[in-house]
Amino acid sequence: MTTDEARNLMRSVLRPIAPEANLDDVAPGETLQEALDLDSIDFLRFVTGLAQATGHDIPERDYETIATVDGCVAYLTSLT
Amino acid sequence: MAREVIAKSGQYRGVSPNMADYETERASFTWDEARRSLDGLPAGRGLNIAHEAVVRHARGPRANHVALRCLSRHGDHEDVTYAALDERSNRVANVLDGLGVRAGERVFALMPRAANLYAVALGTLKHRAVLSPLFTAFGPEPIRQRLDAGGGVALVTTPSLYRHKVASIRDQLPGLRHVLLAGEPDAAVNEWPEDTEDLTSLLEAASRDYEIGPTTPEDMALLHFTSGTTGTPKGAIHVHDAVVSHYATGRLALDLHPDDVYWCTADPGWVTGTSYGIISPLVHGVTTIVDESDFNAQHWYQTLEREAVTVWYTAPTALRMLMQAGAAMAQEYDLGRLRFIASVGEPLNPEVVVWGRDVLGLAIHDNWWQTETGGIMVANYVSMDIRPGSMGRPMPGVEATVLAHDAQGEIEIGDDGAAIEAAVDQEGELALRPGWPSMFRGYLNNPARYEACFAGGWYLSGDLARRDADGYFWFVGRGDDVIKSAGHLIGPFEVESALMEHPAVAEAGVIGVPDPLLGEVVKAFVSLNPGFNPSEDLRLELLGSARQQLGAAVAPRDIAFNQNLPHTRSGKIMRRLLRARELGLPEGDTSTLESPT
Repeated sequence: MTTDEARNLMRSVLRPIAPEANLDDVAPGETLQEALDLDSIDFLRFVTGLAQATGHDIPERDYETIATVDGCVAYLTSLT
Repeated sequence: MAREVIAKSGQYRGVSPNMADYETERASFTWDEARRSLDGLPAGRGLNIAHEAVVRHARGPRANHVALRCLSRHGDHEDVTYAALDERSNRVANVLDGLGVRAGERVFALMPRAANLYAVALGTLKHRAVLSPLFTAFGPEPIRQRLDAGGGVALVTTPSLYRHKVASIRDQLPGLRHVLLAGEPDAAVNEWPEDTEDLTSLLEAASRDYEIGPTTPEDMALLHFTSGTTGTPKGAIHVHDAVVSHYATGRLALDLHPDDVYWCTADPGWVTGTSYGIISPLVHGVTTIVDESDFNAQHWYQTLEREAVTVWYTAPTALRMLMQAGAAMAQEYDLGRLRFIASVGEPLNPEVVVWGRDVLGLAIHDNWWQTETGGIMVANYVSMDIRPGSMGRPMPGVEATVLAHDAQGEIEIGDDGAAIEAAVDQEGELALRPGWPSMFRGYLNNPARYEACFAGGWYLSGDLARRDADGYFWFVGRGDDVIKSAGHLIGPFEVESALMEHPAVAEAGVIGVPDPLLGEVVKAFVSLNPGFNPSEDLRLELLGSARQQLGAAVAPRDIAFNQNLPHTRSGKIMRRLLRARELGLPEGDTSTLESPT
């Protein structure tokens, strides 16, 4: 998966959960939850959505990596 | 499984419980005696929550004991001793004084879980102003409504929260005289917003000494908003005397001992996070974990292990999310210091209670209370057998019952004017005999709604329950349309009003739909105005707009279009029927249903 593909995937998974959220509003160091006003349930649904879309199990221990945009993009692009 | 009993006996991880035997304690307990365990203000000047929570420890042998261990989002921590918390909250009280905030006026806090929030809460109480905490996951609309209804004169928040949630509604709040911002200027704009004050520099300039003025136990201390079926949220008034309940329940229902490390995971924006995140543990002089981060299973287990938490008070949704993360993850951590786990917010299903015993090594103790009760009313105790799925038995000092409903669904009143109690195992409304110290004293500016909460000598909780032959209470459901989601009460009216702000929406009906993780999730049904057609884009637009107004905690998780919302003949949407249809339940009495046109 390329960086662009990863960002697009994040957008499409996020849209039904938080349609008002714009990934471009998130500063590099910020977490998605902070920047986009997601609660922990939204975030859980986001991770579940990514797992379904990629067909990869995303274990809890990886949630912290996925919490930021850059971390999430890096995570998705590293999936084989 | 519902009939399984988890038997209790003896010591609990080497510690003798404060309450050795429920029946004995219940027979001897009095609120007056609990009140005598507190210090009171010096020279008989009354009773003030902040004095009991911090001043008396700061002036005694616990001065250097850690009151707060604050864990930041970035992984570092700050310890605040009782002496330091006393000084910080004195400075807050002096700042409020300098701004002209008077005793009895409302100070709102919209702040992340960190030391500042505690200093602001306690400083407000010291100054005898009224603390009204707000949840940071609220959107601008719930914040505006509460500040407006509560007559807030001051708001303490952060630059980032101010920009996201308050700046847009500021001009609608003429009574809000001061906005104090704590923390660095917002990185995104890098300037201090107009018409706000920098709390940090005000605190630096303020005196570190403050003497609490005379406070009567009946002086208003806290204002907590709660949602009803109709109308905007109501502000439940609590007084300084509530600290007697916070003390007694901390001792008996949470089994707090002086050397405990205690973690209440609730946000102080909700009543649990104030009564049991701030007041109760501090009154007991224990060390409290204050965690800025949101839920994450691994982070929570790490926190329990690293901080050697001994008493943990959390919520069913969080426990179910931990369960979902799997037993293998729990087993990676040493939770051997934990001695007692309690849960509140919504009924705890028996599977979770048993999972606690099998995976965490400790059964989970469900308890029940609500904003209006101010403190724990019905509980499972460390020394009492647990019946998984039951909320337990009433706190010593609390008389609880189940009241029968008549055919119209009203409380049945006997010829003597007293309400009729339901038989064993019969469903009815959970009710409490007024008189415990943390009972609410009114809804602000709304005496009629307060009066409506009482009948036949009882406070009516609005929750349906039954009581078994041994006096254990079992939650059955809500008696009204209020939704319980992730431990929070959500008023359907609040959500419907926000949806109807959108030009496409003609009408909205909002219900709770059962959810395995959250208890219930908020689902909205909307009918559209002429000229608008249902589409996925419109659905998402409505969802996004509701989230922006209400915030994630209150907004619906799902929206469906429905041009035939069921109405009563008087034109009100029948949420009950909407819910029955959604869940495939019997439709019940539809005699008031408007005939289809």
